Amino acid sequence: MAKKLNMRERYKLMTRLGWETTYQPMDRVFPYDKYEGIKVRDWDAWEDPFRMTMDAYWKYQGEKEKKLYAIMDAFAQNNGQLNVTDGRYLNALKLFLQGVSPLEYQAHRGFARQGRHLGGDGARVACQMQSIDELRHVQTQVHTMSHYNKYFDGFHEFPLWHDRVWYLSVPKSFFDDANTCGPFEFMIAIGFLFEYVLTNLLFVPFMSGAAYNGDMSTVTFGFSAQSDEARHLTLGLQAIKFMLEQHEDNLPIVQRWMDKWLWRGYKVLSLVGAMQDYMLPESPMSWKEAWEIYFEQNGGALFNDLARYGIKVPDYAAICAKEKDHISHQVWGILYNHTNAAAMHTWVPDQKKMDWLSAKYPDTFDKYYRPRYEYWKEQEEKGNRYYSQALPCICQTCQIPMGFTEPDDPTQVAYRSCEYKGDKYHFCSDPCKKIFEDEPEKYVHAWLPPQQIFQGNCGGEGLDNVLKYYHFNDGADNMEYVGSPDEKRWKEWKGLNPDEGIDTEAKAS
Amino acid sequence: MSAVFLALQDVDESRPIIEAIEKDNPEAEIDRQPAMVRITAPDRLVVKRETVSELIGADWDPQDIQLVMISFGGNLDEDDDQFMIHW
Repeated sequence: MAKKLNMRERYKLMTRLGWETTYQPMDRVFPYDKYEGIKVRDWDAWEDPFRMTMDAYWKYQGEKEKKLYAIMDAFAQNNGQLNVTDGRYLNALKLFLQGVSPLEYQAHRGFARQGRHLGGDGARVACQMQSIDELRHVQTQVHTMSHYNKYFDGFHEFPLWHDRVWYLSVPKSFFDDANTCGPFEFMIAIGFLFEYVLTNLLFVPFMSGAAYNGDMSTVTFGFSAQSDEARHLTLGLQAIKFMLEQHEDNLPIVQRWMDKWLWRGYKVLSLVGAMQDYMLPESPMSWKEAWEIYFEQNGGALFNDLARYGIKVPDYAAICAKEKDHISHQVWGILYNHTNAAAMHTWVPDQKKMDWLSAKYPDTFDKYYRPRYEYWKEQEEKGNRYYSQALPCICQTCQIPMGFTEPDDPTQVAYRSCEYKGDKYHFCSDPCKKIFEDEPEKYVHAWLPPQQIFQGNCGGEGLDNVLKYYHFNDGADNMEYVGSPDEKRWKEWKGLNPDEGIDTEAKAS
Repeated sequence: MSAVFLALQDVDESRPIIEAIEKDNPEAEIDRQPAMVRITAPDRLVVKRETVSELIGADWDPQDIQLVMISFGGNLDEDDDQFMIHW
């Protein structure tokens, strides 16, 4: 009887499925793998360190799915929605379903495309597996959160919202940008930077936070997805090393993509910063702490490793280091001001939360952000809960409203602009401006929600019409948490006094 | 020197893996967080088939780590005998 193959041999046999085509020249079969300028000498040098083959893939994914669905079923049967720490918590999930889950679907499409168009068969097989993973992620996320949709507002039309609603143009435009790149740039943008550096920030501390807040269903889909991410980040790391090892001319191209995509991803993740610091009622770890562990420490180790190829940490890392004390608070401020047009609730953090924020952000919170919240609270108590009635100016590149401050002056909103072919374009930061200037013909096409609203392309004039275009249940999906139908129902289920807040409940128990 | 890390779900199946890591990587640090365990080590972390198999009294395939792994940081080298992360 023949000896059983070992893992290395199985991997070679089951992933090298390509051949030199003869009916058509290879360049016509793979028309997109040259124009970006990446030079490849030998695709056979590609190797997946997991040495994953299709048979093992189905086996492990099948087991993961069984575990996940068992927990989801148990969660639903036990009315698990009642065990989360507070009704406010659900807003983190709303933002996740609206902003992140559709990106999983976009990633599914992107990797399917690269699984067709990359020139090497080992890389194509790895991309095909990842494409299936991403589809699994969006499905399990939708399935998990469909349970919450039965009990809470703000979940019901997330795919339409992803396409139409202003703040969701931030994640959507990020992925549209990646999906309109060539296959190698996509591998750096999503395969490497998003998967390696950034999904850890989303799926590890945030999901651990979900568990801390009693949401066993979400933590399970999160960790189940992230176990796939471990494979994805390995693919991404393999992709960047492969490009750098194949030809020295690839280095400047890869470095430019690295600089661009790390910044693009960083801006998108500022939304996760607000989720983690403000939407989780109980927070085991602050955004800043997560940033330090997963970006500065782990990302730093990665850059050290890539230094031997000549890769450098992007110049703006210094900006990120300054902003980590501010970014989550500033995003929460933007969401608070515009929550009349957002399918989620916001609120002023209570005393306990503010004390926690002071402890986690000793250099900035009491100085810049606590006074702001105290003023807003005072205004709320006078019946003047503030909602912006104006459309914000947003950044042409990242599409976030101008709300971030100068890296060296937290009292001054940062603002940059440039002219291109007679039109003026606005930016939130120097890196966003530079990204535009490197590829202006791409970014002049950006679909910017405020401009589209003013042009009448979003339901017509006035907020009422825009909210109809968004399919919002006005007064239920949007606005302040206090007084919302979500809050009213939550208090009924939990037997809380309708006029009292969460603080009072904590004291009573 | 850079730290590598491995994050595992805090579930029963992770226990022998963590125990094996502690045995084979004396410098590893174990940090228990809600629903997860984060293990860091300087430069290198290895999970050996032999050690885990001995602990559970059955053959353990290093690929089975897929079922409980949340994430890791470092370069990976995996074969039939071990799962290794290194910088």
